[in-house]
Amino acid sequence: MDTGFQLFPRAASQIASQVDDLVLFLIAVSLFFILLIFGAILWFIIRYRRRSPFERPEKIEGSTALELTWTFVPLLITVVMFAWGADIFVKAHHPPDDAMEIFVIGKQWMWKIQHPEGRREINALHVPLGQPVKLTLTSQDVIHDFSIPAFRLKQDVVPGLYTSEWFIPTRIGEYHLFCDQYCGAKHAEMQGIVYVQSPADYQHWLAGDPTAQPPSSAGKKLFAMYGCESCHGQYGPTLAGLYGTPVQVTDEHGVRRTVVADEAYLRESILYPSVKIVVGYPNRMPSFKSTLSEEQVLDLIEFIKSLSGAAVVGPYQGPSLGPATQPTDAEPKINNPPFANYRTNQ
Amino acid sequence: MASIPFIPEYTVEIYLNERHTVASWLLTKDHKRIAVLFMISITILFAIGGSAAVIMRLQLLTPHSTLVEAETYNKLFTLHGVVMVFFFLVPSIPATLGNFLVPLMIGARDLAFPRLNLASWYLYISGSTLALTSLILGGVDTGWTFYTPYSSTFSNTHVILAITGVFIVGFSSIFTGLNFIVTIHKMRCPGMTWFRLPLFIWSMYATSIIFVLATPVLAITLALVALERILGVGIFDPALGGDPILFQHLFWFYSHPAVYIMILPGMGVISELITCYSRKSPFGYVFIAMSSLAIAVLGFLVWAHHMFVAGISIYGGLVFSMLSFLVAIPSAIKVFNWTSTLYKGSIQLDTPMLYALGFIGLFTIGGLTGLFLATLGVDMHVHDTYFVIAHFHYIMVGGAVMAYMGGLHFWWPKITGKLYPEVWGRVAAAILFLGFNLTFFPQFILGYLGMPRRYYAYAPEFQVYNVMSSCGASILAIGYLLPFAYLLWSLKYGKPAGNNPFKAAGLEWTTASPPPKHNFLKTPIAGEPYAYHEMDFSDV
Repeated sequence: MDTGFQLFPRAASQIASQVDDLVLFLIAVSLFFILLIFGAILWFIIRYRRRSPFERPEKIEGSTALELTWTFVPLLITVVMFAWGADIFVKAHHPPDDAMEIFVIGKQWMWKIQHPEGRREINALHVPLGQPVKLTLTSQDVIHDFSIPAFRLKQDVVPGLYTSEWFIPTRIGEYHLFCDQYCGAKHAEMQGIVYVQSPADYQHWLAGDPTAQPPSSAGKKLFAMYGCESCHGQYGPTLAGLYGTPVQVTDEHGVRRTVVADEAYLRESILYPSVKIVVGYPNRMPSFKSTLSEEQVLDLIEFIKSLSGAAVVGPYQGPSLGPATQPTDAEPKINNPPFANYRTNQ
Repeated sequence: MASIPFIPEYTVEIYLNERHTVASWLLTKDHKRIAVLFMISITILFAIGGSAAVIMRLQLLTPHSTLVEAETYNKLFTLHGVVMVFFFLVPSIPATLGNFLVPLMIGARDLAFPRLNLASWYLYISGSTLALTSLILGGVDTGWTFYTPYSSTFSNTHVILAITGVFIVGFSSIFTGLNFIVTIHKMRCPGMTWFRLPLFIWSMYATSIIFVLATPVLAITLALVALERILGVGIFDPALGGDPILFQHLFWFYSHPAVYIMILPGMGVISELITCYSRKSPFGYVFIAMSSLAIAVLGFLVWAHHMFVAGISIYGGLVFSMLSFLVAIPSAIKVFNWTSTLYKGSIQLDTPMLYALGFIGLFTIGGLTGLFLATLGVDMHVHDTYFVIAHFHYIMVGGAVMAYMGGLHFWWPKITGKLYPEVWGRVAAAILFLGFNLTFFPQFILGYLGMPRRYYAYAPEFQVYNVMSSCGASILAIGYLLPFAYLLWSLKYGKPAGNNPFKAAGLEWTTASPPPKHNFLKTPIAGEPYAYHEMDFSDV
């Protein structure tokens, strides 16, 4: 890792150079106004310095034209800033469909990371160059924040909530990974390293742990271990084909409504099963809140997703990403332009 | 009492020597004495908060310093934040200069509710005592933001004691705000129409509105944290069925307007200083006055810009980004108007003016870097880094504290009847300006490089800027100690000030320095404010 003197951080994601361009624009605007105001003040205090103690300057009321100018010109400039920043922000919240999904769980004081093929790591994140990566983040305890300065990205990691951030690594190297939200005594030690590797090196790394099992397989074992199948599929609601479909439920206020069975719904149904009862079924499922860790919940969700027909395909395909559209062999993308498979959902 | 050094002797009866007993101070209902009580109290708290900062800057001299442990460092930045925000910055100008000057500037004998004013000081003392007790018992490690569920469930430090202190001191603010609003509405002297009010009064009025409307939300929020922490009622902790982001909404609904509580009074001070030392009425009086109110109103609509990466919806982010840019406009209007006030003036660079010009420069930098943070795409990178730390210190220290220092010097002769040594004043102002920039400018770069806030140890490549910052902090410390020394010295040895040593317009300068017990010997009649073009400077 480069630890020498820096004035500007290295840029290693598709969004980093966009953020830097915007920042340079903001610096230019700031410098203009700083020079304007500092220059005016300096000129006035020299030009109009008190030459005699008896001086009595003329009264100047003000100028509506000037007031309107310095109201609306800055307003227009801030509109540009807003739109430019909003554009980057919105793009940064819409991962492409072919992004591979990596799970990140924050807990006091470490990052646990889980790759779709099953390899797990702590305080380190290996990602392949040129591949869109979507992180799904949650916390086991307090709020953390997953920040990679070289990628110009961060996202709070909130207990009870799945948040996400996505990026395309554009530069091979090792970069800092920080917890940016104060989380207790060893907040400053909740750091790690992001390794951006060539796709081949990443494949090699993935194969480095032969015992690794994909989350959906781990989930399948949990499913059997806790006897879930003794109800689900028999007299409990069936789970096959459930993920991503609408479900009729009665919520905690007794109101009947339709929700989509997404990750948040599945998590809630595992941990707090009595909050939303599927219509037509009794409120009988026990809570697994004190039994399962957030990692295990994610494993179970991946298993349930795999039941919905989304096959586990290819090293670059997260299990949750629907039917495979990508070739399954790890075609090195290093020769492609970094944004070759970047598109937004806008 | 006369044997105590630093207590000046006065030949005529004024508010300071009207009675000398301790009880006459502790039970006083005179707004001027209460202002002095506040001034002494917040100076002590500032010294405590500042000491914590000194230890932090020493710790950060090297990447892996072992001066203090991680837990101690976390308690230090919590102490620094809690004390400086709730016990120094929020009451600083309103409770001291505001308390002293609001009745004097509008030609009143006192505030509308003198007993409420005294109660406000006792609440301040009770709140700060509780907060300091939590320090003596071992401290609090949540950060001044008290984010849940860390504060409500996980931290095993004295959170309840500290938030009770903050809860109580909030009512001190509410009392002060209520008092100012009623006083400004009902007790203006003959001739003092709304648009003849000094701009300091307009800013106090805007601040008071925020005091009264925002502070109760903080009290409610902290009470909810206590409820969860003591009784385990699930409000914020998801493990109890709560929502941690709800806390952030509630907390910033107070704490963002609180930023304007801290800066609006400073803006009011600057308007008085700029006009006096350029002998000009303010350029665009109405625009400066109304922009204070605009800031107070818009300030309530931008809270979620602290939460762009907290897990709120994209649309929430877009709306709050846009509103945050809007609140920048009235601040820009003020800066342009202050600068234009200098045009064709008669400018004298005395100590208060140096602080005022320093304020404009530092506030401009603080405001412009605020635009970086309001820009969604940039906030994703710099949020919760030293960039934020640098930005808000430019506003809070470069802005609010500079203004407080400027105002303190400007009205010191009015408050004490004594002149401070002008040369020392200018030297200290210059040292403060240099020390401040050296301390906090490198932190912008640190933040952009990615150094997170609240780290007791950091990656080695951040060291250069941290060393610069710590050097700056030592200069800054000298800049604060100097005025403390010569202002105390001036109490005993300073030259008598006379009614109006700086030839300033404004009713407060028409009465004696220090003012008599009831401010004016006969009810003043207000004319046009800032009538420098009609003033007689021939006897200077």
